[in-house]
Amino acid sequence: MAEFALPKNSKITEGKTWPKPTTTANLREFKIYRWDPDDTKNPRIDTYYVDTGDCGPMVLDGLIWIKNKIDPTLTFRRSCREGVCGSCAMNIDGKNGLACITSMHDEPAGAVKVNPLPHQPVVKDLVPDLTNFYAQYASIEPWLHTTTPTPQKEWKQSKEDRAKLDGLYECILCACCSTACPSYWWNSDRYLGPAALLQANRWVSDSRDEATGERLDNLEDPFRLYRCHTIMNCTKACPKGLNPAKAIAELKKKMVERQT
Amino acid sequence: MNTETQSSMRTPMSRVRRLGTAKSGTGDFWRQRLTAVAMVLLIVPMIAIVMMLLGRNQAGAAQILGSPLIAIVTLLFVIASCWHMKIGVQVVIEDYVHTENLKLALIMANTFFSIAVALAAIYAIFKLSSGV
Repeated sequence: MAEFALPKNSKITEGKTWPKPTTTANLREFKIYRWDPDDTKNPRIDTYYVDTGDCGPMVLDGLIWIKNKIDPTLTFRRSCREGVCGSCAMNIDGKNGLACITSMHDEPAGAVKVNPLPHQPVVKDLVPDLTNFYAQYASIEPWLHTTTPTPQKEWKQSKEDRAKLDGLYECILCACCSTACPSYWWNSDRYLGPAALLQANRWVSDSRDEATGERLDNLEDPFRLYRCHTIMNCTKACPKGLNPAKAIAELKKKMVERQT
Repeated sequence: MNTETQSSMRTPMSRVRRLGTAKSGTGDFWRQRLTAVAMVLLIVPMIAIVMMLLGRNQAGAAQILGSPLIAIVTLLFVIASCWHMKIGVQVVIEDYVHTENLKLALIMANTFFSIAVALAAIYAIFKLSSGV
């Protein structure tokens, strides 16, 4: 059955409260999920106080400040710090997003609560294991499929056809959408999830691609595609402002279109 | 993801591809929308028919259902709603039940139940409308 309660070894316990910096009164409280695979303890929530005068305004700035100034063992992924790479996707104040473009001052009441992306195996602290997510992306074969011999210069595309890829090509595969989707929580072993399906629609919508039918065949399945019940958490979560729910609806429309 | 798939030594791609596609799904998706639209169209006449039937005895109900139009609207509503119910409940079972045998048994029970309800209702309408 679907899991409605956390397994015993995943129950979160009260963690350590790290001392407040004494040099300033401008503090922001952070409550951060910690779990270490090297000990047998349950995950815990540690409390930190960040000197907001000594770091940038984003949640990622706070995390880096904590790692540098308080606790070097805090583990998280980050790279571009400007919302392009998708590495620092995590659950911030109950909503999936990128730590680098989420302000720590947006929710002034209480602490900034930081957890790993929901319902994925945790590698350590805020680092989720996205192996299955990436394999699902690879399974939609995200590259141009053609049988016509490659032209001398380039595959041509009209401006109108190119415009059909807007809102699809910008996806950075941060996994915020898929891990916000209840259907993906219950069936991520069979349901491809919003990110992979948005990418599937990006290739199905590409006028240069010659395998549209095969791509749709590959999605013709009650689980791979039709686990989407238009909950739309994906669209709400997307930090790039894309609409995976609409992309999935487009795929379903094309499925019906080729049968009628 | 269940623990069985996590502990398996198969590659992630093999796990994702699993048994391949079922090559179906659009049929059920389309029929669920079709029956939904049918019910939207039928719901107002159906409410009117139920209100006409309220407080009547069997003879009164038989008289109302004796009209071919009323009997046909009622039949269409029963077929559309039972079909819609069957697909809807199956989706819920597929969402939440991950034990293969239990899932198959529940899908079977759901199909039996939906057909039984539909046939019982259709039989009752025929019986009343033909006055036997």
